Amino acid sequence: MALDIQKIRAQFPVLHQEVNGKPLVYFDNGATSQKPQMVIDAITHYYSKENSNIHRGVHFLSQQATDKYEAAREATRRFINADSIEEIIITRGTTEAINLVASCLSKSLFKKGDEILISTIEHHSNIVPWQMACEQTGAVLKVIPVLDSGELDMDAYRDLLNEKTKLVAVNHISNALGTINPIEEMIPLAHAKGALVLIDGAQAVPHTKVDVQVLNADFYCFSAHKMYGPTGIGILHGKKEILEKMPPYHGGGEMIKEVKFEGSTYNDLPFKFEGGTPNIAGGIGLEAAIRFMEEVGVENIAKQEAELLAYATQKLKEVGGIRFVGEAKNKAGLVSFLMEGIHPYDAGTILDKLGIAIRTGHLCAQPVMARFDITGTMRASFAVYNTKEEIDVFIAAINRVKIMFG
Amino acid sequence: MTIQEIQLEIIDEFDMFDDWMQKYDYLIELSKDLPAIKEDLKVDDNLIKGCQSKVWLHASKNGDKVSFTADSDAIITKGIVALLVRVFDDQKAQDILENELHFIDAIGLKEHLSMTRSNGLVSMIKQMKFYAIAFSS
Repeated sequence: MALDIQKIRAQFPVLHQEVNGKPLVYFDNGATSQKPQMVIDAITHYYSKENSNIHRGVHFLSQQATDKYEAAREATRRFINADSIEEIIITRGTTEAINLVASCLSKSLFKKGDEILISTIEHHSNIVPWQMACEQTGAVLKVIPVLDSGELDMDAYRDLLNEKTKLVAVNHISNALGTINPIEEMIPLAHAKGALVLIDGAQAVPHTKVDVQVLNADFYCFSAHKMYGPTGIGILHGKKEILEKMPPYHGGGEMIKEVKFEGSTYNDLPFKFEGGTPNIAGGIGLEAAIRFMEEVGVENIAKQEAELLAYATQKLKEVGGIRFVGEAKNKAGLVSFLMEGIHPYDAGTILDKLGIAIRTGHLCAQPVMARFDITGTMRASFAVYNTKEEIDVFIAAINRVKIMFG
Repeated sequence: MTIQEIQLEIIDEFDMFDDWMQKYDYLIELSKDLPAIKEDLKVDDNLIKGCQSKVWLHASKNGDKVSFTADSDAIITKGIVALLVRVFDDQKAQDILENELHFIDAIGLKEHLSMTRSNGLVSMIKQMKFYAIAFSS
């Protein structure tokens, strides 16, 4: 059944406004998606009627807030088909999830000479925590090269994997190129060498059905704000037996069982990794975002975005003088490109004047830019509420930029 | 002309434009008219890195005045660079330090100095003032 996109758009108040006197065209969904009314309402309702601290009060409001926050954990478990809620650690976002794993494994797993394997096309947040882990432990960072197409060099990956590899950390979908990495193939290869696998799913969960049991990665993380939810909340899924062996991350309230000056004991999963009062409103917003995605249907979202990608790619080809950065066969709904002889900053500035929001620059993935010998790209990234008519407006603006700077 | 007079002159020029398009076309013109920085000055020591665009700035002391030469890899940034050079070039170090830059706001290009732009322009203005401090001591 075809989606009624206008009906979906009507749920997003932010889309209905003018920017610089033009109707807003929002193509920066890779950075953050907009929020439907049901997410905004859930957060407003929480602060208006339900605000209370969780997991500790015996009073009505605390019990209610706890139930709602824990309902978000259960909704997430169901959404990604995790085995149990003990495997669902709520974090501030993907970045914190990766830092949590990097920090805890630095204390418990990584030793001098071990290897941590990442890829050339990682977001800075899946590079820097591992560099920090290497500095701390003497482990060595290894990098899977990328082909001109934007696809990972799988032969090189197989060669790089060895008995010293303790962890492979790659993204499911590249934020800079849109490449969908063959993680179904990569995860068992890493496991065969005894390495753990962490998947950065920040760009994947908003666009594609993720089943963590089928994928079988040891860690899978993502952020709510890229999937129609609020900022400051995200998920680390980890296998229970691995999480249980890991030392805690932040010390504080919530994560303890008993505190004595002689020493403290730590809480059970998932709370062991959740020190301090969490982002309760964020969790409740995440639950609403999952409901939104389930109501629309993740497959429908993926289909709509695939159509937008195909249409935008075709239309950009017709413009001429466009260099696509990342032309993987399996690509998610974003297009990264350069206009011949035109700086992304100049193009982005003019597009903004025409009411069009895209991302320009290095996209927090400087090694990707270095690999393709460029300083930045222009990136249009789509969400379910975007339309072909918006792409037409975008293409007209691109043609205008071409005339101005050509 | 003094720094203040040049700023008022620029504001007058931009007053002629009816819409943003003409303004940006004019910036593109200005970028083309900016005397090219010597290639041997386009080195990392003179580079101000923004996430989005790069700016090269070189200063030299010329009596009690400071001479600036600059460039950018993005045309709009370069147009604004041209305006900044026009305002501060060949001015006394003391005057560069004492005068506020108000013309960018007045001609409606303030957004290019915002945090998110990361185009190197904010750092360029700071750097011009640092040169003025260095050359006035």
